[in-house]
Order: sequence, then structure tokens, then C-alpha cells
Amino acid sequence: MPDSLCKAIVALLLALSAALAGAKEALPEAADPALEARMTRITAELRCLVCQNQTIADSNAGLAVDLRRETRAMLRQGKSDAEIIAYMTARYGDFVLYRPPLKSTTALLWFGPAAMLLLGGAVLIFVLRRRTRLAADAFEPDEDEEAGEGRGEPARADSDAAAART
Amino acid sequence: MIPELGHLLLWLALGVSAVLGTMPLVGAARNRTDWMALARPSAAILFALVALSFVCLALAFVGKDFSVLYVATNSNSSLPTHYRFAAVWGGHEGSMLLWTLMLAFWTVAVARFSAHLPDKVIARILAVMGWLSFGFLLFMLATSNPFDRLVPTPADGRDLNPLLQDPGMVIHPPMLYMGYVGLSVAFSFAVAALIGGNLDATWARWTRPWTTAAWIFLTLGIALGSGWAYYELGWGGWWFWDPVENASFMPWLVATALIHSLAVTEKRNSFKSWTVLLAILAFSLSLLGTFLVRSGVLSSVHAFATDPRRGLFILAFLVVVIGASLTLYAWRAPSVGLGARFALLSRETLLLSNNVLLLVACGAVLLGTLYPLALDALGMGKISVGPPYFDTVFVPLLTPLVFLMGIGPLARWKETELPDLASRLKWAAGAAVVATVATMWLRGGIGVVGAVGLLMAFWIIGSIATDFVDRLRPVGGLRTGLWHRARLIPRSIAGMQIAHLGVAVFILGVTLVKTGEVERDVRMQVGDTTTIGDLVFSFGGVRDVQGPNYRAARGTVTVTDKGRPVVTLHPEKRHYPATQSTMTEADIDVGLTRDLYVSLGEAVDGGAWIVRVYVKPFVDWIWGGCLVMALGGLLAASDRRYRAKVRRTAEASTSVASAA
Amino acid sequence: MKRFWFLIPLAAFLALAVVLAVGLKLDPREVPSPLIDKPAPKFALPRLDDAGRTIRLDDMRGKVWVLNVWASWCVACREEHPLLVEFAKKKVVPLYGLNYKDQREDATRWLARFGNPYDASLYDVEGRVGIDFGVYGVPETFVIDQNGVIRLKHIGPLTPDVLANKIEPLLKKLDA
Repeated sequence: MPDSLCKAIVALLLALSAALAGAKEALPEAADPALEARMTRITAELRCLVCQNQTIADSNAGLAVDLRRETRAMLRQGKSDAEIIAYMTARYGDFVLYRPPLKSTTALLWFGPAAMLLLGGAVLIFVLRRRTRLAADAFEPDEDEEAGEGRGEPARADSDAAAART
Repeated sequence: MIPELGHLLLWLALGVSAVLGTMPLVGAARNRTDWMALARPSAAILFALVALSFVCLALAFVGKDFSVLYVATNSNSSLPTHYRFAAVWGGHEGSMLLWTLMLAFWTVAVARFSAHLPDKVIARILAVMGWLSFGFLLFMLATSNPFDRLVPTPADGRDLNPLLQDPGMVIHPPMLYMGYVGLSVAFSFAVAALIGGNLDATWARWTRPWTTAAWIFLTLGIALGSGWAYYELGWGGWWFWDPVENASFMPWLVATALIHSLAVTEKRNSFKSWTVLLAILAFSLSLLGTFLVRSGVLSSVHAFATDPRRGLFILAFLVVVIGASLTLYAWRAPSVGLGARFALLSRETLLLSNNVLLLVACGAVLLGTLYPLALDALGMGKISVGPPYFDTVFVPLLTPLVFLMGIGPLARWKETELPDLASRLKWAAGAAVVATVATMWLRGGIGVVGAVGLLMAFWIIGSIATDFVDRLRPVGGLRTGLWHRARLIPRSIAGMQIAHLGVAVFILGVTLVKTGEVERDVRMQVGDTTTIGDLVFSFGGVRDVQGPNYRAARGTVTVTDKGRPVVTLHPEKRHYPATQSTMTEADIDVGLTRDLYVSLGEAVDGGAWIVRVYVKPFVDWIWGGCLVMALGGLLAASDRRYRAKVRRTAEASTSVASAA
Repeated sequence: MKRFWFLIPLAAFLALAVVLAVGLKLDPREVPSPLIDKPAPKFALPRLDDAGRTIRLDDMRGKVWVLNVWASWCVACREEHPLLVEFAKKKVVPLYGLNYKDQREDATRWLARFGNPYDASLYDVEGRVGIDFGVYGVPETFVIDQNGVIRLKHIGPLTPDVLANKIEPLLKKLDA
């Protein structure tokens, strides 16, 4: 039999056996992957109240499974992210949110880091300015001028001596 | 018998630590050489006693002695031997003993490798460490004795938490504790210097290698914890901003600031009181971490079984240790000199800015971690602060820090010229932009945040390359080979650049995995496939297997790339009868450029299973980067300045030179 | 003046220590209910003992009543159950049970075995009403007033102390 015919028969047999086996591209677990992705995104920012150290998206606790089911239902009804969050906080309070809402009680939390950065920067500038204004004798004598780690000097043999000096 | 012996050894150790804490300290104040001489031998004896006690506990575990309460709660007769040993630190009491063992170890190490330190200084340092040991031993003996007996003896133990029955579990806590406890050395050096009033560049040179060593362990410990969570927890996450994770990250941030600050103090005799404060702060955060994990004030997956009495004791210990050291600081630090001058634009200023950024980052993490507790304590309600907060707040702080990382190493001490810096760095900046654009084009779909991440990483690499090119450039007149020039680069410089390179690798890993990760959550029958790019994952079904102390449903997933077989993975769902718990064990094909991650979900009707498949590009660069950081640290710590033999030779040659 | 700045770290630490000390007395896992002093969620559920009859929130208007969330699979419920049986005998207020995510046969059998203190139990097999009430751990107990407003929520098994010092005084106050 010609070579090409052999190959064709083999291919046909393979395809047949695959079809008979029922092997196929696996379906996503979720019926509606887009909805599921939205649900996961929302519940990934919610705290599971039972175990308390997992998100509702990840937890296998009964309540988490139920709340994921409720979220899917609400999304199908066309509710917005904000409405779903409101649903959760109405029942469980702010504790259920991993992203703390911005309120008067959490203003310090949200603005704190920026405030610390500004404060740190201000202190730094203040301290540096004060140093430049001090007279030279307020400082201790300078031990090494242009010591080893400055850039641009030749790779030097005297780095050993510099190291030994201190 | 052995548990009672172990218990007795702890009491003896308590006594020795009290002697170590008192005699040398008084001896240093009164100039009594004989009392100061007690320090080193006391440290050695303390270590021997605690080590033997630890061995007793290990013997109780390996020997399945369920008459010991702690063994009964954390072990089981079917637990494999190596996990029986690791179970020693699987619970609160045993992990405290491990902590104490490490503290004694660092103490005796300092005693051994301190021949070059003046007697008074080493006496004070060891005394402070002695007091720390005293505190922890007292805590154990009063509230957390691992050797308590359980009467009547149960037939079998409750078993080690299956989550902890894992190689990562064996190594992660010891590494982490070595880091936490190692920071006590810098702390003790700082307190000793405040007591003795001798704060100078020499002090910084002595402190630096110890701090770097602790930092290396902390880096590896955190990386191991993260890597372990990644492969153990079944959904591929690697950092959750959990309170206990934060408790380890905060000392790391401050220790990093401390290393940089010590560099300035050693080199230029500046920032002295600031460096001392950082040394106190770093260890204080270690202690705070201990408190948070064991007191029950915060809810965490890592938290040990809690007891308010223990929490109160640790808090009291915290107040004594940190309160005393900060009081000493407030008293002594104002009289510490200012060190050498430096200009507004200089390496010193850049390092100070580095410190500010690192400390603000640490402050942000501390704020987020403790805020729920503070609000609750003030009666203002209960909130949660999780990854959405930390990710929002932390990442913007990282960007200026990384920007400085590219500039600092190239800046000169004392004063540096802006035009000079700019001209040297423009190549690095340009290369970084080009590399970022190229990567975005090759990988597609990266987004703004991802682009910033790439830019940061390439910026660091460009800066490092610039520095090395300059250092390896042939010098006019001198005919030296490349290798010779390379060997002349001081290890502290090479170490620094390699550690910075590690940061770049880390950032690349995080950026590429976050922007390029693909997940498939599918329902699979035998023979079903799912496709990601060129990779085809084929499900081969599930069979029952029996492990040493578990039963598992073992899945088979075959992976091919364009038809060519890549790997066969075996995710498992394990059931541990002793604790009636089920564990999801993912199987991962680790690769340099990507991980293939497969885990089993639930069995569904029809013999099918839910299977989760991930392709995670460059995820191992996250921990690879940490490893490179640690290697950089190791290289830097082994710089000739810190090596005794070299020091002695150098001192000999200097004295000869000055005699001449 | 210079010394002042150096005292800041100590002062900050001491403030932190105070917060931590107060924290030792708190329970980080307890989630307070946002529904206190808010109208109870409307519900209409079949009775556990008679699937044909429905109980609604509005049926309860005009009286102060106690709702206890329980299930036959809940181990902690067994702890508080004798207390509830005793309390019901006093006939202070109507006591209703919310049978949460349970099976009818298992629940009925459990009540037969351990006693039935409830005027009636509501059968919330899917747990939806529980979610509306913010239930996250069984058992939980609510006190609801004549106007359908939730006045108290207790999480976890009831203890004699809680009954005597929190619930009963509140019931007296509301009835007056």
C-alpha cells in the first residue's frame, strides 16, 4: 500500500478512537467564565468570617460557598460591585472588607503612609539643612579623604591599606 | 526521666544567664578583669545547657514519648521520623525553646569571634545578651514549659498539623528564627555602646558583619516561608500580608535600613545615634513579632494557641527590654558626636533617604497590621486590613527607593556632583527604557503598573552594569588583566551590587508573574485536555494511594508542548486520619522561565474532577532574587575588613609601617 | 530641648504598649453585628415541624422575642441547650429557633433527644435567612423588640452569666 494511504488510515483510526473515547477539551468549571471572573474579583477582597484568614473567594467554609453563590446570583440580577459590597457590609459590617472603606475612622490609616513620607522627608531636609549651617568644629575630624569606595579611582592596590587604617 | 532532665537544664541555664547578665556588666563598670572574664565561659555554658535541653525534647519526640503534653499535642505514632524531629518546633512551647537555643547560639558565637574587641565592650555585649536569654528562659519556665507531663499518658498523640508536614516546614522556622534572634546581636552591640559611651566607626565595623548575617537568615527565612506557602497551600499565592508575615517583614525592612546606615557610620563616622536607634528598633520589631504571634491579639493562620497570660508576660518583657533600651538611648544619644561633614548631594544623603523610605514602608506595614487592633481598643469598631490596602500603599513607596538604589552606589562619599552622576547614569536610564519597551512588545499586555515594575528592575541592572564597567575599565598605564581588576573590587562592593541585583531579579519575577499568569479552572474527565498557549494539559484520572500517615487521591496530568512531552504531574488530595483533615497538594513543574502548577479541586459526579491549572511565568525569580540577595550579603560580610586573619596581618604591617 | 527629640521613640513605644495591653483583653475573632438597633431582615420560612405553615417577621410584631440560631450538626449548641430549655420554662418571652442549614429529620430527632424549648423552629435549609441576619457561626442568639428591631446579638453558646446579666435585663427593659 502506498505510504500516504497508510498514514491516512492511521490518522483516521486515531481520530476515531479519540472520538470514541470521548476525550475533549475540558469545559470550564464555571457555567459563565466572565461572571465567575467578576465574582472571584469581588470576593477576593472579602474576608471569610469563619476561618478569618482567607478570602471568601478561596475559602471552602460553608458560609463562603453560600456567599459566593449569593454573589453570582446578584451579578446575574445585574447588581453592581458597589451594591454587592453594600449587601455584605449591611450584614457583616466593615470587618468583612479586606479593603477598609474610607471613613473618618480610617482616614489615618489611608493617609498615614503618605503623611509619614512627608514627615520623614521634612525631617530629613531639616536635619540636613541644620548640618550645613553648623560650624566646621561641630563635626568630628574627617578620617579618610576620598576613601576606597568612591568611584573613578583606579582599581587600587591601596584599598588594603585603607581597610587596615580604620 | 529525659523530660525532667531537659526541664532541669533550663533552670540551670536560667541561673547561668543571670550570672552572665550581671557579673561582666558590673565588672566592666568597676574595671574588674576577673568578673569580665566570666562572660565568655558563661556564654559557652549557657549554650551547652540550652542545647542539651533541646536534645532532650527532640529525644522525647523521636522516641514517641506521649507522656509529655507538648509531644502528645504535636506528634503521632505514625508520623515519619524526620517530621517527628521537626515537630519539636511545631507548637508554641517548642518553638520558644528553639528561639532560646538560637539566642544562646548567637551569644556563644559572639563570644567566640570577638577576640579583637576590648574586654569591657565584649563584657557588656554578652551581658545584654545574657539578660535577653534570661527573659526568654523565664518566660518558658513560667508559662510555656515544653516538658510538662500529661497524666494519664494517652495511647497516641494528636499529630502534627498536616500543613506543617513538609520539608519547607523543617527549614523555614529555624532560618527565620536565626534572623530574628540574630538581630539581638546588633541590639546588644548598640546597648553596650550606649552604656560604655564609645560609639564610633570602629563600633560600626564590629557590628556590621553580625547584622548582615542576621539579615541573610531573615531574607532566606522569609523567602522560604513564601515559597512554602506557594507550593503547599494549593492556589499559588505567595504573600498574603498576614499579620505574622508582616511581623517578619518589618524587622527585615529595618535591618536593611540598618545595614545601609552602618555603612555610613563605618565609613564616615556619621549617623551614629541614628544607627543605634535602628539597631534597637530592628530587634524590638522581632520581639513585637513574637508578641503578635503568641498573644492572641491578632487573628492569623500562623498564630499559635493563645493564652492571655503568655501575652501579658511577653508584653511585660517587651516593655522592660525596649523601654530600658530606649530610655538609655534618650539619655546617652544626645551626647554622641555628629561625625564627619557631608554635602547635600552625597552618598550619605542618598543613604539617609534610603533609610527614610525603608522606615516609612515599615511604618505603613505596622500601621496596617495594628490599625484594626487600635480601633477596637478605642471602641471605634472592627475593621479588617488586607492585601488591597497593603498593595495600594506599599508599592508606591518602593518606586522611589528603587530609583535611589540605582544612584546611591555610584555617588561619591562626602560630596558628589549632579552633572557627573547624570552623565554616567543616562546610559543606564536609556537602556532601562529600551529593555522595558522590548519586554512589553515581546510579552504583550503588561499595563502601566507592570511597565513601572520592569523599568525599576532594568534601571537597577543598568546602574549595576555601569558601575562594574567603570571598575573593570583598564586604568591608564597599569597593565592589569580583567580578572585581576575584578579581584581588586572589594567584596563589600561586589556583595552590595549582587544584593541589589537580587532585588532587580525579585522585581522582575513579581512583575512578570502578576502580568502574565494564566489560570484555568476546568472540569475534567479522563482524557480531557485544556490548553494554555502551546501547552496542552491532559487529565489521566485519579487513583487511590496510601502514604505513611495519609490516604490520597492521586491525579495524573500529562503536559505536552506542541506535541512533545514536557512533564507528568501528580497533584494529590490527602486525607490524614489522625487529625481528620484534608490537604490539597499541588504538583509543580519548576522551570527557569515558568512554573506549571496543577492542583485538584473536588470530585464531581460522573467520575470527573475539578482541576486547576496555572502557567506562572518567571515566578521562581521571586525566590531566586531573594537567594541572590542573600548571596550578595554573604559576599559583603566576608569582606577582608571583617576577617580576623587578614586584620592581624594588616595591623602588623601598619605597625611596621608606622615604626619605619 | 535637644533631649526632647530623643525621647520620642520611647514615648511612641509606650503608647503602642498601652494599645497592645488593651488588645490582650479583646477577641480579634469576634465580629460585632451591624444590625443592632436596625430593623430585623424580613423573612418568611416554613416551620420545622410543619412544612405547610409559614412564619413571617411581621407575625412577630407587637411582642419582644428571642431568636436562637441552632443546628443538629453544631456541637456547641448542645452546650447551651439545657440553658435554653430552662429559660423557656420561665415563659418570659417567645423563643423561636432558626434551624440553620440542617436536614428536617436530623433536626427533629435532635430536638426530641435534647428537648425542645422553642415555641417553633424556622427551617432555613439554604441558610439565606441566616445570611440576612449576619450569622457566621452557630449558635447565635438575637433579641428582637416589638417593632421588629434587633436589640442584641450574642455570638457563641449562651452562658448563665450572659442570660442573667445581659439578656434578661434587656427583656425587662423592653417589656416595660
